[in-house]
Amino acid sequence: MSDERVVGIDLGTTNSLVAFMQGNEPVVIPGEDGSSLVPSVVALDSAGQIIVGSPARKHLIETPERAVYSVKRLMGRGVEDIQEELKLFPFRLAEDLQPGEVLRIKLGDKDFTPPEISAFILRQLRRNAERYFGAPVRKAVITVPAYFNDAQRQATKDAGRIAGLEVLRLVNEPTAASLAYGLDKKKNGIIAVYDLGGGTFDISILKLHDGIFEVIATNGDTHLGGDDIDNLLISIALDDIQGDLGVDVRRNAGVVQAIRKAVIEAKIRLSSEPEATLDVELPAGKKYQRTISREQFIQLAEPIFQRTVAPCKQALKDAGLRPEQIEEVVLVGGSTRIPRVRQLVEELFQRVPHSELNPDEVVALGAAVQANILAGGSEATEEMLLLDVTPLSLGIEALGGVVAKIIQRNSTIPASATEHFTTGVDGQTNVAIHVLQGERELAADCRSLARFDLKGIPPMPAGLPRIEVRFLIDANGILNVAAREQRSGKEAQIAVQPSYGLTDDQVESMILDSFDNAEEDFRRRQVIEARNDADTILSALAKGRSGPGWQQLTADERKRVEKLEKALRAVMEGDEYAAIRKAIDALNQGTMHLAELMMDEAVSSALKGKTFEQVEVGEGPSAPHPFAPAEFKTER
Amino acid sequence: MTASQKSGGTSIILNNEELSACWSCGSMRAAHFCSSCGKVQPPLPADYFSFFGLPRKLDIDTAALEREFYQLSRKLHPDLYARSSTQEQGWILEKSAQLNDAYRTLKDPIARTEYLLKLEGVQLQEQSKNATDQARATGAVKKQVVPPELLEEVFELNLQLEEARMNRMSGEVDEDLAHQLQQTKRHLQQKFDLLFQELRGYWAEWDGLVAHAEGGEDTSDARRKVCDKMVALLNRRSYIRNLVRDVNEVLEG
Repeated sequence: MSDERVVGIDLGTTNSLVAFMQGNEPVVIPGEDGSSLVPSVVALDSAGQIIVGSPARKHLIETPERAVYSVKRLMGRGVEDIQEELKLFPFRLAEDLQPGEVLRIKLGDKDFTPPEISAFILRQLRRNAERYFGAPVRKAVITVPAYFNDAQRQATKDAGRIAGLEVLRLVNEPTAASLAYGLDKKKNGIIAVYDLGGGTFDISILKLHDGIFEVIATNGDTHLGGDDIDNLLISIALDDIQGDLGVDVRRNAGVVQAIRKAVIEAKIRLSSEPEATLDVELPAGKKYQRTISREQFIQLAEPIFQRTVAPCKQALKDAGLRPEQIEEVVLVGGSTRIPRVRQLVEELFQRVPHSELNPDEVVALGAAVQANILAGGSEATEEMLLLDVTPLSLGIEALGGVVAKIIQRNSTIPASATEHFTTGVDGQTNVAIHVLQGERELAADCRSLARFDLKGIPPMPAGLPRIEVRFLIDANGILNVAAREQRSGKEAQIAVQPSYGLTDDQVESMILDSFDNAEEDFRRRQVIEARNDADTILSALAKGRSGPGWQQLTADERKRVEKLEKALRAVMEGDEYAAIRKAIDALNQGTMHLAELMMDEAVSSALKGKTFEQVEVGEGPSAPHPFAPAEFKTER
Repeated sequence: MTASQKSGGTSIILNNEELSACWSCGSMRAAHFCSSCGKVQPPLPADYFSFFGLPRKLDIDTAALEREFYQLSRKLHPDLYARSSTQEQGWILEKSAQLNDAYRTLKDPIARTEYLLKLEGVQLQEQSKNATDQARATGAVKKQVVPPELLEEVFELNLQLEEARMNRMSGEVDEDLAHQLQQTKRHLQQKFDLLFQELRGYWAEWDGLVAHAEGGEDTSDARRKVCDKMVALLNRRSYIRNLVRDVNEVLEG
């Protein structure tokens, strides 16, 4: 069933991909440009059209105020947590942003929340998949950094919904990568996945047991990745430019983006070359040139690489393992192409890491595997099961602002905890609960997830009500809460005030907007494709009519073909997809005999004076059923 | 943990009387799935031991527990129900959470012991880090019961810790003191490890009593005594753990 097709999506900081399981093999679906990577860049052009991916990249330099990149860094975060990012990234926040409100990023004269911007990327991926399948796609598995907290996960899920996708599961990126790696190796043992991407770092330690992928410990940093290296190099270049040339180009966003492009290219080159040269055109005919050696690069970036060490050690400690007990190490993420990173991993785990699978694609491939499992599985995945963990401890604020942990980090999910609360004052009818995530002792140092207000408690003397609150972290790593007053048996109402995130109503209205569009887009594209097919069949028919085959048809046959042709021409300018398809199919059927005659003709004329191998049928019909569209090779 | 578990003896053991008919086909059902039609059944408030079909004994074969966990995971994980009805998905979410909670608690010897004590209606004296910090933050006086055999050592240790903290503030380095602290830490660590051996002894006592009770004997008095011994041991254990933590804090700065 084509609408049951579930795709796997890697929504990355730098690039995003969509993949699916073709038979027993996960494959990445290319976009229209043939590339499997969709750069996670979104721009709004002067005509008010949203542009995603490679075409949006040129806007970063030409119209930087209309483009945004690395928006993943803002997912599920409040304005007070992104002060550091604002210094380093050209995010332009809406001016009328209220404290506590979900961030809004300006693109030209419009503004969008990070989930909406991510949804544009997801929609592009969805379109790529739909183009590939020739059928609508409605369900997806989306990957997130393992160390993403509840708010960041919720924001990703919202983005999926806004893009018109039912998100069947959020899968942790390193875990997804292990699925892609584990597919062909029916191995048991302990593996570590080191995932250093564009903006996030994760380390996960897994136990593989007869197809069960059990995460034992995970750790990471959701603000550590290739971006940080880029920013470091950019700031050095900016200092250079000011020092050597006496120009401050910091406020010239287009130039900064040109520098960014140059340092990224240099960074990539330094993975294979001993040195790389930066060469950037500056305003007023000036030029900035500088050669960086690999040694210099390593020296500069080493502090960034070193930031991955502590999470690795903590994950090992949490897993209760020594480095030599790790049997295999897998590298994921574009930044693991840097030779020094590989060396560091080798030092840490005393093992040469694996990198057979393309580190840019492996997460999407794993997401496709998980998508296949959720869709009911196949021969390749039937024994496979993922047991993931929650990366951060869940706690509630207790007296004095300390955090009482109720679900420890690295607990297998789904996981739950039941807590009991009571009132402190006679006749009190509501109790406020502050839920937090993190490892620190004080509430102020942890991530606030939500404040719940338990309302409608029957008035009773203080301490008498007994409210049972059940906290449940689902398989996506997202918290669900339910409460009940036990003495009265009354379900207590919970008013959820997410600390950072969109309300259901907000998401709902965003969905409606884009969902309508997505449907409309898909329908329009279908019609265009059908018209193209109609053109193909009509021009083939015109060709056939001028050949000898046409004369060999009976008068009845010719009349019938002409009637069908007329019918197709009548509907193809309209926008009734089904009608056009039906007319194409009818004409296809009606010209079957003609096609056979043309085929015979082509073969016999081509054979004259040629060996069989030299036969070229040319542009004409090349199969007994020449007019059928050649797309959609995949199984339906 | 601030959770106060249900008081002793009220936990529900899965047995046939408490299992109703299957919601889907109406015939008799087993604990997790209908034995007739195979449909998943609504979750029941089972304690962790009975969820795994285990008696309330403490000496558990953890390798067998892991095998059972994997087997049940293959049946109860939400991934397998992505296409089921919302109601069944809700049940599976609850059940798989119960499974994971139960496994996490039972596989760990200390968590398992604490859990059993709670099931038996014993309130553990909170010596946990959380409780200590909470008490510190609120200024409440927390009752710290110093294990008698440690009294002398703890007195000495507290003086040393105090001195080390003062040294650190004034930037002084006292190698001798650091050495003494290291030694005390090793000694405490040894004691800590020995406690586990002692605990295993109580497990054996407890498991024996459970076996007797199954034979119809009234063992409630004897059981309470073992529980008390385990509680005292766990309190001593967390006391020592906190001491080790304090020493580490001072040593590592």
